Amino acid sequence: MNAHDEERMKQLLRKAMPPVGEAEPARDLWPAMLRRLDAKADAPPWFDWALLGGLVVFAAFFPASIPVFLYYL
Amino acid sequence: MPNEGSNVLDQFRQGNPETFEDAFETLFRLHQRVVYGWLLRIVRNPAAAEDLTVETFWRIYRAHARFQPSRGFEAWARTIATHAALDWLRRQRPEDELPAELPAAANADPAVSDEIRRKTALAFGRLPPRLRIAALLAVVEEQPHKEIAAALGISVAAVKLRVFRALRLLRKDLQQQGITP
Repeated sequence: MNAHDEERMKQLLRKAMPPVGEAEPARDLWPAMLRRLDAKADAPPWFDWALLGGLVVFAAFFPASIPVFLYYL
Repeated sequence: MPNEGSNVLDQFRQGNPETFEDAFETLFRLHQRVVYGWLLRIVRNPAAAEDLTVETFWRIYRAHARFQPSRGFEAWARTIATHAALDWLRRQRPEDELPAELPAAANADPAVSDEIRRKTALAFGRLPPRLRIAALLAVVEEQPHKEIAAALGISVAAVKLRVFRALRLLRKDLQQQGITP
């Protein structure tokens, strides 16, 4: 593709997809942000679930370890 | 933004529970328009741009300790927003991304029919997302290459290469449909 073809493709692309230009959100997004923060604060982090899963698997393979875990709870 | 307060930026970065939430809200309110505008240029869908603005600030919230004041908050936010948009584009099917009605170009060229414009937009939607972002920002939105490079975390030369590859692939796709640009 030479420079001429490249320029033609750029023009075609601009005609097919006109620029959006400057735009602002239709509403204040802070309330949505707060909802997102609250939702995530309530949910336990993924590594808590991973740790719990690991402990369950470990206890399944080594049942003798269960009293030890219970002792430390 | 020079004096947006290095104070606010410091409070944000340090993550002190007493001041962090206020600093984050201040930064959100200061920068949400810029981040939204940047995202809209990439995803071209107002509802998705709003969701991605929230997603971007959620990522910013979690990554506050990695913020480097020397880089500037806005540039850092644009980088995170670009990655969020890239993730979004990867989840979309090409036909999902085409607006139901393409806006008419202001200087509509009678030689370029609506059908060709539609096929071009569809073919563009089939390009790999990382090429699409570079081409959209550089060719359609005419953003500075340096800014695009910083947002994508690549060099200016790499941006130019991605734009060239995007145009070449687009041309090839159109030729396969019998359209000679």
